[in-house]
Amino acid sequence: MDFQDTSELAAFRSNVKIWLEANATRRTDKLHMGMEGDTAFQEAKDWYKKKADDGFACLTWAKEYGGAGLTSLHEVVWTQEVENYKTRDAHFVIGIGNCGPAVMHFASEEAKRKLLPRMASAEDVWCQLFSEPSAGSDVAGLRTRAEPDGDHWVLNGQKIWTSGAQYSDYGVVLTRTDPTISKYRGLTLFMIDMRQSGVEVRPIKQMDGGGHFNEVFFNNAIVPDTYRLGEVGGGWTGALTVLMSERLAISGVQPTGFPQFLDLVKSLELNGQLIANDPLVRDRLATWYSQYAGLQAVNKRMLTAVAKGGIAGAEASLGKLVGAVMNQEIANFACQIFGPAGIVQDTELSPERAHFQQQVLFSPGVRLAGGTDEVMRNILAEQVLGLPQEPRADKGIPFQDIPTGPA
Amino acid sequence: MNLEFSEEQLLIRNQARNFLSQECSASVVRNVLDTDTPFDRALWQKIVDLGWTAMSIPETYGGLGLGYLELCVIAEELGRSLAPVPFSSSVYLATEAIKSWGTEPQKQHYLPKLATGELIGTLAINEGLGSPSIAARVFEGKLTADKIPVPDGDIADFTVLTACDEQDCVGLYVVDLDAGVQRETLTSMDPSRSQARLVFDNVPAQALGVAGETQLTELLDRVAVLLAFEQIGGCQAALDMGIAYTKERYAFGRPIASFQAIKHKFADMYVALELARANAYYGVCALSSDAPDLPLAAATARVSATDAYYFISKENIQVHGGMGFTWEFDCHLYYRRAQLLSGLIGTQPKWKENISQRLI
Repeated sequence: MDFQDTSELAAFRSNVKIWLEANATRRTDKLHMGMEGDTAFQEAKDWYKKKADDGFACLTWAKEYGGAGLTSLHEVVWTQEVENYKTRDAHFVIGIGNCGPAVMHFASEEAKRKLLPRMASAEDVWCQLFSEPSAGSDVAGLRTRAEPDGDHWVLNGQKIWTSGAQYSDYGVVLTRTDPTISKYRGLTLFMIDMRQSGVEVRPIKQMDGGGHFNEVFFNNAIVPDTYRLGEVGGGWTGALTVLMSERLAISGVQPTGFPQFLDLVKSLELNGQLIANDPLVRDRLATWYSQYAGLQAVNKRMLTAVAKGGIAGAEASLGKLVGAVMNQEIANFACQIFGPAGIVQDTELSPERAHFQQQVLFSPGVRLAGGTDEVMRNILAEQVLGLPQEPRADKGIPFQDIPTGPA
Repeated sequence: MNLEFSEEQLLIRNQARNFLSQECSASVVRNVLDTDTPFDRALWQKIVDLGWTAMSIPETYGGLGLGYLELCVIAEELGRSLAPVPFSSSVYLATEAIKSWGTEPQKQHYLPKLATGELIGTLAINEGLGSPSIAARVFEGKLTADKIPVPDGDIADFTVLTACDEQDCVGLYVVDLDAGVQRETLTSMDPSRSQARLVFDNVPAQALGVAGETQLTELLDRVAVLLAFEQIGGCQAALDMGIAYTKERYAFGRPIASFQAIKHKFADMYVALELARANAYYGVCALSSDAPDLPLAAATARVSATDAYYFISKENIQVHGGMGFTWEFDCHLYYRRAQLLSGLIGTQPKWKENISQRLI
């Protein structure tokens, strides 16, 4: 056991530091930046292109696909260093983190060489189209139909909770190609051109007022068979690849709210007293720190395993579960500390530019996105601890005969 | 960066696990729990014979000269098996204190005998409810004190303790526990590990080198990391016990482990354990490399492991239903040990305050 980088990683870290100092802006405040408008999007694309040109995008991808041909540990070093800078990766996380591995794994060599380098440099933006109004935690219950027609497929149906669909050039979409067989076997995965008339994107207004997600409607949208990812009927296997990648992508960057809370505790005075002197605040600070430090150490252990040639498993669900819950609890606690004025959500009047009020309203979504708290607990219980599944009403019968609620 | 044990350390762990699963079954623990026996002498002798008491002692004093990484893999297994022996008192507390701050003659006198198990040592720092200022006094080499509770105080041959000198300065002292000391075994929440009251009335005491409050704090930080490994060992055993039971216990026609109400409980228990385990690994990495953030890492490991053991041991009772509340089932052994370990070197408020002081 030791805390040292290998000499190769130490050299890489120093290159990253130099590059970031020259090409990125240091964070002056540590507040989390959410999705912003079109200007921010263009700035993000420009920055990402520069990063790709200089060999720092998609570090673990092979060079012929636009990556740097490095290891997961290099990726970790990058993530650690980039934390100190203002960067705008949010628009590309899902494409590169989720769609990328699916394309890498299932697309033809020709498609990979054509599409992946443009994904890596953010010249093309990708989204993931899995969830549907009637298929949330039960993703495989989805109903969007893909029907064969000569050398292409015709898609009809509706997706929901699609992050960044409004910016996307391509998507990875999970469809039902055969409703007469059991639900997991009747699914097929495709890449789809989002810039076509059969695809309509409508924003969803979230409970916090934001608009991160969309509904996407397919109305005779066309997908060439060459865009199929994997076998017809093999879509579930492909989807699992994507979902595992998503959990990994999220577990590293899952906001916990702790650094912001620590900043607040160090700086806020109420009634002429630093809140840092309040025993209740100190108790909560210590409790959350022990979880926050635990998550970081869990991550370090996972990376040790990866460095030794292992793979990160379902344990990644742990980070998402703990971080999302902590984020909500911290935001609520901070607003309670503020007293009656804590209900005011005004970037001029509220501490930390109303960060905690915003998080009170945004945090419920984090506990749902990318697998709910409950799904995470099922994964940990069944896949890590080996506990038996619940009896199910949808096993061994054709998809079309599975009971559904009122339409 | 590498946050995993080496092959050699894992080998020591497996040997310890095999040994304890054979020699320290629940009936061994229960024999101490159910009777007035303060600890299991036969098991203790076997542990001494394996060299575990000599591990952290330098070779020049008759030890094996191994490090904290080796010691904490043993700690995890002792915690898992609920071993009813004075290992934490004699090895983490007394040996560590003498080795670190004892004078040369003190080291030469105590360390070889600690290594061979000829002596059992402990640490006496508590003086009743809360954390009162130290009333123990040493005047012209004679100690007057009332220490309660002292782990293994009824069986230890000597103790390191805190006392104030004539100038009211806190120091660490070594005292042999012979005829002049009144000892009283206490009833405690975990009778598988003995606690005592020690009353000293003008008993000879030697200063432990020049050690004082700073050294005590350093000692407790180190012990916090080692105890965290005992705690996560116990957590894992209690979690495994609950899982095994609920997979076999049927209700409403299926194993109760298939109900989400039970599964989600286990997921939360697993999360608590993995956070505690990762913090303990980070803690021992900081300890063995003498990193400057050891005080924060140690307090974090301690808080996290104490929370996890309480949570897992109480929910293990819950998933067992009524049987979990019987004397016959072993659930209460873990619950009791969780309480004992949470109290040994200071409870949650003290260690949480250590974290806050380091962060703010």
